[in-house]
Amino acid sequence: MIGFDLSDEQRMIRETVAAFATEQIRPAARPADESGEIPAELIAKSWELGLVCGPIPETYGGYGDQRSAVTGAIIAEELAFGDLAIALHMLAPRLTAFPVLEMGTDAQRQAFLKPLCAGDFVPGSAALMEPRYDYDAAALMTAAVHNGSGFILNGAKCYVPLAAESSSILVFAAGPEAGFEHVGGFLVDRKNPGLSISAPEKNMGIKALRTYELKLEQCRVDAGARLGGDRGINFPRVLSQSRVALAAMAVGVARASFEYARDYAKERKAFGVPIAAKQAIAFMLAEMAIEIDAARLLVWEAAWHLDRGEDATKESYQARNYAAQACLTVADNAVQVLGGHGYIREHPVELWLRNARGFAILDGLAIV
Amino acid sequence: MIDFEFEPQVVKQLKTYHGVAENMMRPISREYDEREHDKPWDFIEMMWAGSKATAAAGGDAPVRSDGPRLRTLYTCLSSEELCWGDAGLFVSMPNAGLGGAAVAAAGTPEQKERFLKRFSEGKPKWGAMAITEPGCGSDSAAVATTATREGDYWVLNGTKIFCTSGQMAAEKSEGFVVVWASVDKSAGRAGIKPFVVEHNTPGMTVTRVENKLGIRVSDTAMLSFDSCRVPLENLLGSAEVKKEGGFKDVMATFDATRPIVAAMATGVGRAALDHVRDFLSDQQVPIRYGISPRKLTSLERDFMEMEVQLKAARLLTWRAAWMLDMGQRNSLEASMAKAKAGKVVTLITQKAVELLGPLGYSRTRLVEKWMRDAKINDIYEGTQQINLLIVARRILGYSSRDLN
Repeated sequence: MIGFDLSDEQRMIRETVAAFATEQIRPAARPADESGEIPAELIAKSWELGLVCGPIPETYGGYGDQRSAVTGAIIAEELAFGDLAIALHMLAPRLTAFPVLEMGTDAQRQAFLKPLCAGDFVPGSAALMEPRYDYDAAALMTAAVHNGSGFILNGAKCYVPLAAESSSILVFAAGPEAGFEHVGGFLVDRKNPGLSISAPEKNMGIKALRTYELKLEQCRVDAGARLGGDRGINFPRVLSQSRVALAAMAVGVARASFEYARDYAKERKAFGVPIAAKQAIAFMLAEMAIEIDAARLLVWEAAWHLDRGEDATKESYQARNYAAQACLTVADNAVQVLGGHGYIREHPVELWLRNARGFAILDGLAIV
Repeated sequence: MIDFEFEPQVVKQLKTYHGVAENMMRPISREYDEREHDKPWDFIEMMWAGSKATAAAGGDAPVRSDGPRLRTLYTCLSSEELCWGDAGLFVSMPNAGLGGAAVAAAGTPEQKERFLKRFSEGKPKWGAMAITEPGCGSDSAAVATTATREGDYWVLNGTKIFCTSGQMAAEKSEGFVVVWASVDKSAGRAGIKPFVVEHNTPGMTVTRVENKLGIRVSDTAMLSFDSCRVPLENLLGSAEVKKEGGFKDVMATFDATRPIVAAMATGVGRAALDHVRDFLSDQQVPIRYGISPRKLTSLERDFMEMEVQLKAARLLTWRAAWMLDMGQRNSLEASMAKAKAGKVVTLITQKAVELLGPLGYSRTRLVEKWMRDAKINDIYEGTQQINLLIVARRILGYSSRDLN
């Protein structure tokens, strides 16, 4: 029944991930953004947190934890609070693992999950977005057609995380019929001759995350590559899981911006007092705090519907749109609170603003 | 656990409230908005009978095996439902009101019995609270009404304005008005005390009942206190001028009333939203969730924005109320909810009028009334600005001296 408190387990998970994000991820954020590289040791350390293998059953080598979208949202928020690009990299293996776990055939689970949990961090990837201004998950232009017992894929994808680093990429493509329900997922081997991967993209934000464009030209895959086999997948659910994850991360980035601006405003003096003591700044901070809490509740509600196995298309859409806008406003205000100093690539707020703008656009880069 | 579901009996109870809203309130909404200073006595008698029955049954909130009853939260739910019907009619319902809330917060057990028992028996009654004065609203510590001890009485002198249900409480029922007055101006806030002034006490006069933008059926009164003598035992709590108690006790009631007012606002906002949704559906205008936001029509974008903002306000309200019921400090969350709800419901109802174009502007639909009714929620029980100030102080760890 109605409740707003975390379980003891969730509280513990949150504390652990939050500590990791603050102590390990955050200090690495600026150097990673400048260089475009994330230290391998940091990724290796994150693997020990069990963020990917946790919810995978023991039969496949995972820890057998209960998979929960609410818990996933909590984890996503805390990691993103550390750094969005690094968080997306750390969670990328889920992009293949979770859909395979939930919607794959037994053969697919055996093939993909066991190697994942066998040792160290194994990159994973999914390709959803398409490089056109009117990209629409409800009207994908990448298409899969039957060919004998297999399929041929044609199309283009963008913002595909770790494509060049992953052995296979889960490519979402439209089926013969239009609409969300008929979108299929195809596990395409990176070395497939019909697949070409660009050089790493140059993005406004998430610069430490390697993202790529893909071209699929008469890309042949056999029947076993279609996720879920004949049954296919529940694409609206995958999309909802993705939107909830990204919305949760938007909350994390917003919270990072807010806390930094708040602390700065209490220190920075102007006209004889901390600027936090002036209403213009104080009210800005108050509204930022309200928006963060509101966005989080919307994310949790959408996640809760997912955990009940319910359709969360509307709620996840609402949560994503709201959190994206809230995050942008909060991050923008954080730069504003820091004034000229906020503009310099030394304080993190400008980085968070560049990252924040992405949430209204990005789809499919994370999953709970 | 994070959970957004309510017990089946609550869902059922809300359907009953919704029935009242739809069948008893909506049909008389327009009439009493136009008539302004008349009271809908049939409706009043019916709601009074209902509230007595609910009180006798121990209230709406179900008993739970795994925790306290969520009284504030369930009051939010039922308030939202009834304000979906008509916020003015809701506010004008006979009950202990803010006056009763002050008694509950600051009164001794004897005073609670003496003042509150009446609301579960006999004829309809109203309790009111009088704080605001011509010279002070948000800065309630600047109250100028005085209370001077004379023998066995406190003597009140001053003027109060914007007292909700003030006329009904003071003159038209066996109710009372809780009046904030200062026993010692030099002590500032600590000198302000709540006094229960019984109906028809000589020296208390309703000098005016306001004409308002919205919630017109609710009487908003100006009360004059001219050597108004109040028995000593009507001072709530203790007369001792000390740093704690009195003013602070009553301010603490805002932790409960702010989420409830936020819920009331949500009801008005939802009325407008539901009306626009039904209208668009009749016109066969689709609202397409899930597609690229850049493909949405401007009308879809506006509607979705209204809808999600309302949802945000509602969730913040539930959280604040739930925290109070669970015994957690909720002043920050209560002010967040009130600030958010006041703002977004103003915008939602204003947008609703606009979206319906010529039809929205007409007094043949209730949409324009809801816009007028909504606005007060961003003003009373702490304005938007005061609530933002409270949020700011809490997130910064500042006192009212640090940030004002």
